[in-house]
Amino acid sequence: MSLLDHTLEELHQMLVNKETTSEQIMEEVFRRIEETDEQVGAFLTVTKEEAMEKARQMDKEGIDENNVLSGLPIGIKDNIVTKGVLTTAASKMLEDFVPIYNATVMDKLEAAGMISVGKLNMDEFAMGGSTENSAFKITRNPWDLNKVPGGSSGGSAAAVAAGQVPVSLGTDTGGSIRQPAAYTGLVGMKPTYGRVSRYGLIAFGSSLDQIGPITRTVKDNALVLNAISGEDEKDSTTHPGEAPDFTEGIGESVKGLRIGFPKEYVNEDVIDPGIVKAVRAAIAKYREMGAIVEQVSLPHSDYAIASYYILASAEAASNLQRFDGIRYGYRAEDAKTLEELYVKTRSEGFGDEVKRRIMLGTYSLSSGFIDEHFVKAAQVRTLIRQDFEKVFENYDMILAPVTTTTAFNIGGRIEDPLAMYLADLMTVSVNLAGVPALSVPCGFSNGLPVGMQLIGKHFDEKTLYRAAYAFEQATDHHKQKADLNGGEAK
Amino acid sequence: MSTGITEEQVREIARLAKLEFEDKELPVFADELENIVEMVEKLEQVNTKNVPGTYHGIVLDSVMREDKAEEGTDRDELFSNVKETEEGFIKVPAMIDNGEAGA
Amino acid sequence: MNFETVIGLEVHVELKTDSKMFSPAPAHYGAEPNTNTNVIDWGYPGVLPVVNKRAVEFGMRAALALNCEITQETKFDRKNYFYPDNPKAYQISQFDRPLGTNGWIDIEVDGKTKRIRIERVHLEEDAGKNIHGTDGYSYVDLNRQGTPLIEIVSEADMSSPEEAYAYLDALRQVILFTGVSDVKMEEGSMRCDANISLRPFGQEEFGTKTELKNLNSLNYVRKGLQHEQIRQEKVLMAGGRIEQETRRYDESTGETILMRTKEGSSDYRYFPEPDIPPLVISDEWLENVRQSIPEMPKERRARYVKELGIPEYDAEVLTLTKTMSDFFEATVQNGADAKQASNWLMGEVSAYLNSEKVELEDTQLTPENLAAMINLIEDGTISSKIAKKLFRELIQNGGDAKKVVEEKGWVQLSDPAKLLPLITEVLDNNQQSIEDFRNGKDRAIGFLVGQIMKQTRGQANPGVVNKLLMEEIKKR
Ligand SMILES: [Mg+2]
Ligand SMILES: [Zn+2]
Repeated sequence: MSLLDHTLEELHQMLVNKETTSEQIMEEVFRRIEETDEQVGAFLTVTKEEAMEKARQMDKEGIDENNVLSGLPIGIKDNIVTKGVLTTAASKMLEDFVPIYNATVMDKLEAAGMISVGKLNMDEFAMGGSTENSAFKITRNPWDLNKVPGGSSGGSAAAVAAGQVPVSLGTDTGGSIRQPAAYTGLVGMKPTYGRVSRYGLIAFGSSLDQIGPITRTVKDNALVLNAISGEDEKDSTTHPGEAPDFTEGIGESVKGLRIGFPKEYVNEDVIDPGIVKAVRAAIAKYREMGAIVEQVSLPHSDYAIASYYILASAEAASNLQRFDGIRYGYRAEDAKTLEELYVKTRSEGFGDEVKRRIMLGTYSLSSGFIDEHFVKAAQVRTLIRQDFEKVFENYDMILAPVTTTTAFNIGGRIEDPLAMYLADLMTVSVNLAGVPALSVPCGFSNGLPVGMQLIGKHFDEKTLYRAAYAFEQATDHHKQKADLNGGEAK
Repeated sequence: MSTGITEEQVREIARLAKLEFEDKELPVFADELENIVEMVEKLEQVNTKNVPGTYHGIVLDSVMREDKAEEGTDRDELFSNVKETEEGFIKVPAMIDNGEAGA
Repeated sequence: MNFETVIGLEVHVELKTDSKMFSPAPAHYGAEPNTNTNVIDWGYPGVLPVVNKRAVEFGMRAALALNCEITQETKFDRKNYFYPDNPKAYQISQFDRPLGTNGWIDIEVDGKTKRIRIERVHLEEDAGKNIHGTDGYSYVDLNRQGTPLIEIVSEADMSSPEEAYAYLDALRQVILFTGVSDVKMEEGSMRCDANISLRPFGQEEFGTKTELKNLNSLNYVRKGLQHEQIRQEKVLMAGGRIEQETRRYDESTGETILMRTKEGSSDYRYFPEPDIPPLVISDEWLENVRQSIPEMPKERRARYVKELGIPEYDAEVLTLTKTMSDFFEATVQNGADAKQASNWLMGEVSAYLNSEKVELEDTQLTPENLAAMINLIEDGTISSKIAKKLFRELIQNGGDAKKVVEEKGWVQLSDPAKLLPLITEVLDNNQQSIEDFRNGKDRAIGFLVGQIMKQTRGQANPGVVNKLLMEEIKKR
């Protein structure tokens, strides 16, 4: 058994009891990365020296008994800026970009004593659902190396699933934490919009983006969210005041908990029967534990993808305009005029998927189309948010599948962008509504993990952790481990 | 409703976005974009009369900071990612006109 | 054919805050290039804007002073365009809910008052600066990037370059009085773009307009418009058509030069800024700001004339700047005669400021001292000659007027018992002057007074000296 098979709390206890040291944990992390990352391809940058140095420092100073995360390793998605450490967002556009400031979450992790071990692969600028859109490498699913790990936080999920790190940070604009977590049998939290500061997150869809943890267990997840949440004066969209302790409800029963199950999310024409089956089994388990699960309706679900792709792409088109070759990042050679510098830099620096979204976003905002596209999508977003609000008048939580299929073959969808978009059916509504959602392993289909998502009221992550923990204790899906084979990639 | 995105339109959008596509890429891109736009035009079915738009992640208002100045970021640090600088300035190829300068 | 000129102005005014509109970098000038900037101004990946409260308050103050209605549920929007001085490639501005709307300002041209309507006043961030080299490169300094601005858009209500000049001048003065900006065109804290078109008299619809840029002073605005007015007239008279285009005013030739045509025009793709929650201005805040707005120059002028009996022209001069106007009022408050206070400020004080090239606030003069000095003159404690000395002392070194007079022994000599011996002595020594006077040479008396003044180092009260002299001469 690897040191890294332990939960964060167990590791902390071992550190406090001096059964191990932070340095030993780091050694195990880097040994594991060296051993497996050639196959998995989760990391873009490994910061071994800095991490080892910090770990030794921490051991010397003594582990803080009251700080459960101190001295423990974490991997960071590469669209979160890290001072002095290459941050590429998996784009050629930022292939040499070394930020001169830290994202707020990095400062918070540091304050909690966590040690970053490196930067994780992703779809370029977080656009995609397979991590195949990375400009640098493909990441493979540790459960089956021929399958994608999902995306865009594919590296974050694969690293945890491969046992390289116990926890990682991902980002979720339309499902980019929950879908890879589901594909790799992990727990992934998309917090309420405004729960975690976006300062230092390279923006994709500014009104949708959130940073969240990917872990093996529910409690680990809550502990990391504790560390990164809270109001940030540098991000005007963060929730005012201090965040609660998300572990508070953990261990409490779910008896009497009212759970809604949207009828729009069980259409077997769209969703694999294996997934529906696993989710139904989870519902049965909740009923068994005393929760009340009833069918509810999110009537505007059919329009979520359209609304999402317009809004996210419009914001992205604007957010990515700053990449112009002038102040940082890639710069085309030999541009003679300014126009040439712009066009060449951007055409050479961005990958196809990013260009597609920029084009769609620019189109949706351009004069003549803004009303029927952008404005319309924003209005539909209101209706989608209201759908959730209506359900939450009578229910504490919503339970739904995360994905329409289990992890698909590498190369399987890359030629069909539209199919890739449609697969986000059940994740994007959550971002549009701004509510929190936790992806939790709920079984397997054809040997691959299946995830369900628990969707909560605004700022009620606590109920999600409580319900997920009860389920986790009642099942053993989370105890299954990827064996890093099943594929010929080896 | 068929949108029929033309190659000309693709070129115009690309001009706004400061992107360029090779001639052989254009029809592919026009097709792809058309498919996507067709998909999103599904929204026409929704009655949104008198529905206000949602443009923000959550409902908050009036978040402001006090007017307190902090020293600027060290210039050498800012310049560490700049490809071409000269005597404290960022160097760029000449522009043809004065653009929107003046805000 | 006769044409009517139609002019509308877009004016940008920099707000005098400590920090920038959306970042805490200093909003000051004169620093080394790219030193008053930070990662936010640079549009670094991942950074976010946070609204400067004082900038909103200053914007409100200006909008209210321009008689605007305040949009209490307002918001920020992104205006998208690529340019090296615009690091995010979008400017955070306000689109469909500007801070202020429906304002106006009255101008006076040829003795007639005309109301110019103001369509909107909105908040936004300034761009950086590009310096165009001659070497095929441009050089970017982002120090100015993010400085808070208000953009003031007038209706096309002006019908001559003179009216445009008067509008700008009035606008400048109103903003100056609100204290939110230095409004100096030469230094760029006020900038103006002008739209101008011509139409045949009586025609309802507007002609095609051109936009003038690079108008860096009030005079250039007038000259540029004059030139453009003539140019358009010539084109139309020759049967030509005006193209919608942007033209640049060339200071050296006084001409306008084509910059770009409509064809290359932008589509700004405005949309609500997702990083900034909407701004709701409470009734209470609005009321507080309304209360904080000082009385505007026009109202002050009327009051000076009506209540203080100051001539129209003097009132005009006194209200050219808020500093002067405030100083004047404070001097009167401190008990000075209004007309005397006005005379001093317009005379000696202005002359001093001009010759020394300083601002009133840079001197040691206070309204308390000026008032005390005026009263010392009035009650005969000091002579007007001494007053000039006292004034220089007070404006250069400050101090308490009364104490200075006492310490320096500048109190005027009015006591006949002390003056008589001096007068007798002077008369004894100047028999010729007495003769001259008796022979009708009035000048002689002046000479005699002068002698006494000289002996008393200017401290003798000239009125008393005069009276005593006449009496003594008669006695001889
Ligand atoms: Mg404008
Ligand atoms: Zn402007």
